[in-house]
Amino acid sequence: MATRTAPAARRTRPTTDRVPGVVIAGATCAVLFFAIPLLGLVWRAPWSAAWDVLSTPEARTALRLSIQTSLSATAIALVLGVPLAWVQARVAYPGRRVVRALVLLPMVLPPVVGGVALLLALGRHGLVGQYLDHVGVHLPFHFGGAVLAETFVAMPFLVLTVEAAFRSTDRRFEDAARTLGASRLSVFRRVTLPMIRPSLVAGALLCWARALGEFGATITFAGNAPGKTQTLPLFVYVTLEGANSDAAIILSLVLVAVSLAVLVALRDRWLTAL
Amino acid sequence: MSLDAIVQVALEDFTLDVELHVDDGELLAVLGPNGAGKTTLLHALSGLRPVDGGRIAIDATVVDDPATARFVPPEQRSVGVVFQDYLLFAHLSALDNVAFGLRARGAGRSAARARAHALLTEVGMHDKASSRPRELSGGQAQRVALARALAIEPALLLLDEPLAALDVQVRVETRHQLRDVLARFPGARILVTHDPIDALTLADRILIMEHGRVVQVGRAEDVLERPRSEYVAELAGVNLYRGRADGCHIAVGRDVVTVADDHHGDVLAVIPPHAVVLHTAPPESSARNVWPGTIAGMERYAGRVRVRLTGTLPIVAEVTVAAATDLGLVEGMQLWAAVKATEIEVHAA
Repeated sequence: MATRTAPAARRTRPTTDRVPGVVIAGATCAVLFFAIPLLGLVWRAPWSAAWDVLSTPEARTALRLSIQTSLSATAIALVLGVPLAWVQARVAYPGRRVVRALVLLPMVLPPVVGGVALLLALGRHGLVGQYLDHVGVHLPFHFGGAVLAETFVAMPFLVLTVEAAFRSTDRRFEDAARTLGASRLSVFRRVTLPMIRPSLVAGALLCWARALGEFGATITFAGNAPGKTQTLPLFVYVTLEGANSDAAIILSLVLVAVSLAVLVALRDRWLTAL
Repeated sequence: MSLDAIVQVALEDFTLDVELHVDDGELLAVLGPNGAGKTTLLHALSGLRPVDGGRIAIDATVVDDPATARFVPPEQRSVGVVFQDYLLFAHLSALDNVAFGLRARGAGRSAARARAHALLTEVGMHDKASSRPRELSGGQAQRVALARALAIEPALLLLDEPLAALDVQVRVETRHQLRDVLARFPGARILVTHDPIDALTLADRILIMEHGRVVQVGRAEDVLERPRSEYVAELAGVNLYRGRADGCHIAVGRDVVTVADDHHGDVLAVIPPHAVVLHTAPPESSARNVWPGTIAGMERYAGRVRVRLTGTLPIVAEVTVAAATDLGLVEGMQLWAAVKATEIEVHAA
């Protein structure tokens, strides 16, 4: 008992006097490294021009397109990702580890590489794309392409979050529902899904935030067509290259604000689990 | 509505092999140490785990029989289960928890809710209908779980340690209510418990299970009086007295047991052996109960000595080996057993 209570008691005391100065210096640098770029954005932001920038048709179009594509990508990720997460969490089948690696890959792959891969698979002359082309489905330089690129990069966030939730649910509740007469599908819909709802929301939010910020895979696979595939991050990049850096800064701040909002919404649910 | 079952399930380190028959309106208590296979037995009966051998028939309808490859899944069986920890759905109100089974079996929303409301009223929980499970106390959750299991009008009702999660005070009261509700249920009932009081107050018969086998089965008093295994002896090791209470005095045969609180009518008084203090001379102590007795036997186990006294009120005391040596305990010795009134648990019989 004594050994177990000791660390808890120690934790209440200030620990700064035990931490070497070098460590504190390193940690401070790291914090500054994260904070300074944000400060740079805020510092240079032409606040007075903010409304003008946000009301230009180009910016509006990019913003609208970003919201549409990211929401579509999240919807697809939910429809496909939840069943995948369920299978990964509950079914022991040969090759499960391979599938797990496959799901994780887009998270560590450079998004540009993802875009190239998508192009070679689903592009006009791609492995699958050549057949899609015959039936009139065109992805590159079309809305659908942008959605697909975002889904490819963002879905793993949803799958991992929801899979962990499926793993940790108390399956006895599902047993209870079955003895009450619920079929397997009904148990899933009326008991399992409500039980994992917090994780489902967290996974969907993470997925949506990632889709909203997607750049590399989108520009490589779907191109940079204004009104079709030019989402907000692409528009920021293009405007920054051109003359109007004010617009780039304001729109960047919009994306920062959205990301922060997601972090705040998730603070208890996902971040503590990491 | 009766149950006929031979349940054989291969478990990791032993095989569950139990034969059961429970009549209509009968309550069978299943007792056994942890890991005896009690929960597996309930899972097999409810269909959550198919049997490897044997045969289960509810109401003369076979629901599981590997020999004929017949297996009725849990959602199609008429088995209500009150689970350990109750397992109420956290996202649903008490009312919707009770209505869940009716909805799953095809009832309309309003019809299911009306019936659920009637059931909650039956268990005295109508004023908590809109509460979420986390807002309910243990005793309240138990009653909602019971109403939920009864809602589907099962032919067989299984209760897995329905009182274990409650503290002593609540348990006594909840056991009362449980008995009243169970009395109105017409089907066969099985209660898994580790508390002999549950068995004595609720069950018609008890079945003792160890390592997946039936050790003893019969009327509770008969089984506990003639223990055939160490586990049963341990169960029976508590001092149980049936008597008639009038205020804080309970008449047990020609003796009187004094307890701390007021009770009336037929009761069961429980004295844990470790609460009995032994004296070699009539003690001048604050204990309200002092009975003379003669040592009829002593058993030593796990660093303790269990001393059986005969007298007008037979009693078992548990003392340390050191205490037994100090007192110089030997068989046939005359002793006085003292018990504080506050150490005695009283249950309505």
